[in-house]
Amino acid sequence: MLSGTIYTARDQAHKRLAGVLGSGRRLPIELKGAVIYYCGPTRAQKGRIIGSCGPTTSSRMDPFTPLLLANGLKAMIGKGARSKEVKEAVKKHKAVYFVTYAGCGALLSGYVKKSEVVAYADLGPEAILKLEVKDFPVIVAIDANGGSIYG
Amino acid sequence: MRKINAVKITKAVTELAKQANFFLRKDVLSALRRSYAAEKNSRAKKILKAVLDNAAYARKHKLAICQDTGLPVVFIEIGQDLLVRGDLRAAVNKGIEQGYKNYCLRDSIINDPLNRGKSGFSPCVMHTDIVKGDKIKLTLLPKGFGCENKSQLKMFKPTADIKEIKEFIVQAVKDAGPDACPPYVIGVGIGGTADYASIMAKKALLRKITSKSSKLERELLKLINKTGIGPMGLGGANTALAVHIQTYPTHIAGNPVSVNISCHALRGAWITL
Repeated sequence: MLSGTIYTARDQAHKRLAGVLGSGRRLPIELKGAVIYYCGPTRAQKGRIIGSCGPTTSSRMDPFTPLLLANGLKAMIGKGARSKEVKEAVKKHKAVYFVTYAGCGALLSGYVKKSEVVAYADLGPEAILKLEVKDFPVIVAIDANGGSIYG
Repeated sequence: MRKINAVKITKAVTELAKQANFFLRKDVLSALRRSYAAEKNSRAKKILKAVLDNAAYARKHKLAICQDTGLPVVFIEIGQDLLVRGDLRAAVNKGIEQGYKNYCLRDSIINDPLNRGKSGFSPCVMHTDIVKGDKIKLTLLPKGFGCENKSQLKMFKPTADIKEIKEFIVQAVKDAGPDACPPYVIGVGIGGTADYASIMAKKALLRKITSKSSKLERELLKLINKTGIGPMGLGGANTALAVHIQTYPTHIAGNPVSVNISCHALRGAWITL
């Protein structure tokens, strides 16, 4: 179980972050030590912190992940298997890849205690959110030694 | 000739958006409960429990079952003796837009597939069939793209035997692996043309899981569950809840086979007006 700050980012946010890293401009979030959650939630209904917020397919982020890991990203949360390159980068940078209950976005919203947009608001559901989570359920899928649950 | 105002259709579709996204289909729920009871792998059992808890949580709090509220696919069966007053397609899209907006469902649709850009709530994808009678049946299938991305189509030779076709279907599930939220429901369309086989594969997902299955469907389900992919791809006996096949006459020169996979959150709602 995970408690603390995590950032949501999915396809378009990854493309932008990777673009910024190549350009020398400043990133909109501190990547060093950060945890990224591959998630694009539904909007929160009145009285709720966040909408449904389950993981999206991680492999779509594979082309960008080694670069983000090289720049300090510490952990990722998503669903499904990763590429060989990601597995190697996780090992090289002593990071970790978690998976969480897939297709259970309603249930997972109960573990989010705070949510705010911190970057790329124009991306709508793909904006980067800063989330405070408590006891968020995760399973280690690739560990810092490159060992994978998917073999 | 019976008449119906397009406003009525908009209103009905708005409610379908809520119904489909908040309340999991009853037949899917009972299939999941059966899988949960039968699963022996303890981790798989725990995951199936979370899936059932999720459906209950969504129902209780009126939340989307999954944040991917899909590309809404609307199947329209319209009676040839019914006259719609107004613009039918616009009425359906307006209903989707209103429903998705009002019930806080996700704006996942981008207008330009090449240049992408800002996302919105519509348009949905519509498949229209003209049928006998003077009624209209509207069915909404919110199709998440984690599983839609795993769709496959193959044009088989007319001389291909059933074994090759079975292998293709099982391989499509193996290719989806852990990515598309197993346990899956597998829709298969065999015959027709490339486009028609794909529509049949999608339509096959609408069939009740509790309905009677064919020998071929049972064989395929067995083969798929033997892969051991399991819930979340972490092992177990439940890789798929069901295999549904639709067939149609085809050409002497070929045999299109299309596979459309659904995640365990196979949602849907329908109404006849």
